[in-house]
Amino acid sequence: MTSTMLDPFHDIAPDPDVAREIDPGLPREDKVFHLIARAIGIAVLAIMGAIGLFLGASSIPTFSRYGLGFFTENQWQPENDTLGISAVLVGTFTVALVALAIAFPLALTTAVYISEYAQPRAKSMLISLIDLMAAVPSIIWGLWGFFLLQPKALHFSHWLHTHLGWVPFFHVDTDPEAASWAQSRYTASAFIAGIAVSMMVLPMAAAVMIHVFGQAPIGEREAALGLGSTKWGMVRTVVLPFGRGGIIGGSMLSLGRALGETIAVVLIISPAFDIKFRPLEVGTNTVSALIAGRFGEATSAQLSALLCAGFVLFIITLIINTFAAMIVSRSRSGAQE
Amino acid sequence: MTATIDRPNDTAAPSPFAPPVDTVTDTPRVLNSRTPDDALSFWGSLVGSGALVWLLYTQILPFSGRIGFVVCWFIAFLVMYAGVTAMGNPRNVVVDRLMSAIVRSGALIVFGTLATAVVFTFMRGVEALTNVNFFTDDMAGVRPTSTLDNGGILHAIVGSLIEVGLAVIVTLPLGIGCAVYMNEVGGKFSKVVRTIVEAMTALPSIVAGLFIYTTLIVTLGISRTGIAAAAAIGVMMLPIIARSADVVLRVMPGGLREASLALGASKWQTVKQVVLPTVRPGLATALILGIARGVGETSPVLLTSGASTYFNANPTNEPMNSLPLFVFSAVRSGEPLFIARGFGAAIVLLLLVLILFIITRFLARQKVGRR
Repeated sequence: MTSTMLDPFHDIAPDPDVAREIDPGLPREDKVFHLIARAIGIAVLAIMGAIGLFLGASSIPTFSRYGLGFFTENQWQPENDTLGISAVLVGTFTVALVALAIAFPLALTTAVYISEYAQPRAKSMLISLIDLMAAVPSIIWGLWGFFLLQPKALHFSHWLHTHLGWVPFFHVDTDPEAASWAQSRYTASAFIAGIAVSMMVLPMAAAVMIHVFGQAPIGEREAALGLGSTKWGMVRTVVLPFGRGGIIGGSMLSLGRALGETIAVVLIISPAFDIKFRPLEVGTNTVSALIAGRFGEATSAQLSALLCAGFVLFIITLIINTFAAMIVSRSRSGAQE
Repeated sequence: MTATIDRPNDTAAPSPFAPPVDTVTDTPRVLNSRTPDDALSFWGSLVGSGALVWLLYTQILPFSGRIGFVVCWFIAFLVMYAGVTAMGNPRNVVVDRLMSAIVRSGALIVFGTLATAVVFTFMRGVEALTNVNFFTDDMAGVRPTSTLDNGGILHAIVGSLIEVGLAVIVTLPLGIGCAVYMNEVGGKFSKVVRTIVEAMTALPSIVAGLFIYTTLIVTLGISRTGIAAAAAIGVMMLPIIARSADVVLRVMPGGLREASLALGASKWQTVKQVVLPTVRPGLATALILGIARGVGETSPVLLTSGASTYFNANPTNEPMNSLPLFVFSAVRSGEPLFIARGFGAAIVLLLLVLILFIITRFLARQKVGRR
């Protein structure tokens, strides 16, 4: 360094031209960082992929053994070598659709209330409450459904049967007008399980809806109000059309969650393996309840059948979730999550 | 309040060209007000419909039951409210009032249901909680008829903490690392990872449990232990945590990241000094909600841990109970005293989730960048 001080023309002195490297590449610490990050990514991919592949591979013996009959057979009797998931699939969808039918209107009104009607100060607290509701363990909703809801809901089931029994959907295989009506025919039904599941999936749908409603452009809201619209008129013409993607996507996400719900359903239903579209009647079964009930005594062949049933459930949930994500992201609001 | 102003010169001979003196009083319209008429029509409809339904429902028609009464009251209220409003208001105001009532009652039902679930659990379980031994004892040697001052759920609390702790130790670095990889390193391969992670969030928790049951317990012959349960919880939580961390990182403003890179910081320095501190509150919230989900989920542990009755702090040996599993098996047993213990354990589980939740609220409120 001293030489430059002594020689003022040092900087001007012609240097031999060394081409600067155009792409010097990453510094060493970034190379290490990329390596580690990539390794973690690969590890996660490997774990996740292994589960998917394992489920798929375990299903092959069952598919090759029973073929399409696996989807059309309703009995699950491994001892007689007849097993299939048509009844449990019907039951799974019955419970999930009952849950959605209850959760959808409640989630929508709650979301509209929180995003449009609630006081601004109460808003963040109410959103926290919805998040808290989503975090309530499913076993709590199971207890609620079994001990508190069931004794009350079966009267409602009976009422529906008595007055709307001519609709096949509300039919129960018993005489509703009997002097002492058979309460046990109305307990442990898909309807009651569906109510418990609806409370579990409701906050999920509501959270998505609140999120997209909050993104409705303020200018359009003010335009609607400025033209003399009432509050509901503004909600109907601005907020709901804007949030349509979120409403549909959030509901589908919660449907996907409802399909896989286990513990509340296991607590409430009594297993039955007939295909029926009578949700008020005692007895139904779902894929997850089937797994929870049958894994213990399963031989390896039966385990493969259970894994296959689980794989089918996973694929159905995956398809629904993918559609939900597509609808949410393609909508005008474009909300993630 | 009048707009006329007394000016002595003008009053004598008002100019014919002067604008007409404004004698109309200008009162600003009150925005967003509730007139006495509004309040009266609401409360009047509420009381009137209640009285009408009471008369018809309990006295004249052969109905009974409290739920039916409330449902009928609600419907009668809506009809009456609409009718009363329609007497002095145009149609769109009637619709607005009706929808406002419906929206508010929907929200009321949801929050009311949440409250009933919490209060009901507390009412049924408080009996078990009042005994100190409930927190300090395990269930070894407790017979179905033993009173509540025998036995407790210490083993389940410790088991839950160990299992979830083990799962978190593995999944947290993997999940966050994976999210950092997808957002900060990128590339074609990261899109594959993101697709798979998003797909696996659809994995039902019972199937995650069944996967661990089949691979670890049946195929590899590991007995039902805490570590198997931790693996099942981890498999369930990993996609959830990775995805929620990914969502948090993705919404981080790119300007901060670019500013750091433009100053000559390396990518690692940017991640460590800029990205992670910026998203820390959001990240913590997402992660703790994932953990709360892992604590509360019953189905993975149902298949993998085995319900022990005795205290066991060793996750590699012997079955290990956990809170949700204890609640499930206690309630299933059908013994009234066990059901009471189950509800007591449910309160502890609920409180655990609540504590985690309050921590997230606390973290989310912290200001960004105060380090």
